[in-house]
Amino acid sequence: MWRYAVQRILEAIPLLFLVTLVTYFLMNLTPGGPLSLYMHNPKVAPQTLHLLAVQMGLTKPWYVRYFLWLWSLLHGNWGYSYFSGQPVLALIGQRLPNTLILMGSSFIISLGIGIPLGIYVATHQYSLQDHVFSFASFFAWAMPSFFFGLLLQTIFAVRLGWLPVSGMYSVYQPPSLGQLLQHLILPAFVLGLGSLAGWSRYMRSGILEVIRQDYIRTARAKGLSERKVVWKHALKNALLPIVTIIGLDLPGFFGGAVITEEIFAWPGMGRLFLSSLNERDYPVQMAGLLIGAILLVVGNLLADLTYSLLDPRIQYR
Amino acid sequence: MAKLAEIPEALGTEEPREHRPSVLVRLFHHRMALIGAVVLFIMVSASVFAPLITRQSPTQTNLFQTLLPPGPGHLLGTDQLGRDVFSRLLYGGRISFLVGAGATAISVTLGTFYGALSGFLGGIPDRLMMRFVDLVLSFPAIFLLLVILNLMGGQASVVVMILYLGLFGWGGLARIVRAQVLSIKKLEFVEAARAVGAGPLRQLIVHVLPGAMAPVWVAAAFGVGGNMLAEASLDFLGFGLSPSIPSWGNMLNAAQNYIVTNPTMILVPGLTITIAVVAINFVGDGLRDALDPRSTAGMQRIG
Repeated sequence: MWRYAVQRILEAIPLLFLVTLVTYFLMNLTPGGPLSLYMHNPKVAPQTLHLLAVQMGLTKPWYVRYFLWLWSLLHGNWGYSYFSGQPVLALIGQRLPNTLILMGSSFIISLGIGIPLGIYVATHQYSLQDHVFSFASFFAWAMPSFFFGLLLQTIFAVRLGWLPVSGMYSVYQPPSLGQLLQHLILPAFVLGLGSLAGWSRYMRSGILEVIRQDYIRTARAKGLSERKVVWKHALKNALLPIVTIIGLDLPGFFGGAVITEEIFAWPGMGRLFLSSLNERDYPVQMAGLLIGAILLVVGNLLADLTYSLLDPRIQYR
Repeated sequence: MAKLAEIPEALGTEEPREHRPSVLVRLFHHRMALIGAVVLFIMVSASVFAPLITRQSPTQTNLFQTLLPPGPGHLLGTDQLGRDVFSRLLYGGRISFLVGAGATAISVTLGTFYGALSGFLGGIPDRLMMRFVDLVLSFPAIFLLLVILNLMGGQASVVVMILYLGLFGWGGLARIVRAQVLSIKKLEFVEAARAVGAGPLRQLIVHVLPGAMAPVWVAAAFGVGGNMLAEASLDFLGFGLSPSIPSWGNMLNAAQNYIVTNPTMILVPGLTITIAVVAINFVGDGLRDALDPRSTAGMQRIG
């Protein structure tokens, strides 16, 4: 087990370096390079352009530039935003926590509703509730999240006025936890809906698969209550495959946050990334790509490790 | 990361072939798949034969007739530039289905051949090829697509959109096909083929690949819906197809400013794309049940 964990972590490190290389190349594909902003400005003389290029180190060969960039990246200098001039890492420090709050809340919603829902319909197989659930989960899965988000926003915030339309805190009142929660409900639910549908479906089929096993029959034969059979004996084993799926889905929350944050004007990484695209703010774009990739690689790693920890039957070479 | 999938599954537990009805027959008996197929057929035909259904142009603007409610002249009203919503819905279906199917065709072809080759070659080439897949899959798809679409100037054409979605969507399937090929190539009938002198290419294409195709068809079905959603999401964010192209995503993008005053503008394309993707996933679900009941492959989505 430990050998496997160490091996997987060692494999992830070169992968992350390759990720930085690809990110770097992508940004260097930009037509005109970092100086393209000045190129068409008649007030900037060619000499000045050349001076800027020397100053920014653009005259050096690409591999030297890459390693210089990587070196400062590893030392916590992620460059400065072209748009606001602020250090990129500081910008991320402001935005990432907000995205993590949003991701965490939708994760709790998906898990807290999805798992019990899956168990409930599995224990009521072929009932009316089961059919309604099946049907609804297909729609929840297929509905574009921005469409669902706009619908909820219009109904609950604009028409009914029960919840705030957008943002993280109200402008009129001092920030408080209650306000944050009010602002969280809609975006967190929109972000979590797809996983809620997916996980509850997996949970349902997981329970249905396990419930036919011999050890469940044994548990029933011993005279255990149905509740104990399901919640203690079946759930433990049915949860196994779900753990991997949840781990693999986790980075998806980060990607989905781009859309959810845009709809609900949530001041997180996703919106920062989108505005950096519009503003051609390459250092921020690179940081967004990198953070997304790091979350993905680490998420996959955690999913694999958790699985190997939970299922001793699996042998690793 | 592919290691979990390498555990060979028990291949001998299925019923003997001759007792099982063919895949098409089983698919036909799957009620949800049948409903999905019928709905899909109607939607695709309506888009293809759009000029026969409506005489309104999807792109003709009329600034004297903007934001009309549904009525006799314009069945579903008009948008902010006076374009007929019903006509845009029909013609938009062409774009959505074309992008969904086109991108999926590219990614499924790439993923199948890449994964099959990697698994069949084994050894160092396999390791290198799979590390490349790891790299491709290390980036959240939507981030990568947004960056590249933006680098190329935003406002993609339909062909460019198909290429991008197709070129970035094959990694997951490559892993699945590779795992299948790894377990199939060890079976006796492949060894027998080798013994009678079949070359490597023949072994792979004639003997190994057909047995590895079940998850490919399932992934293809779900892929169409996934790519349609991805394209609509990119349109919605303003980094997708050029706004002049009538696509469901672009309709939704334009509609968000009129959601309170003209709710039909958003409900119509939104519900249509939802129903289309549900219908596709019904077919995918049926395919999975018919081909490969134990597989969980397929359901992936962006955004």
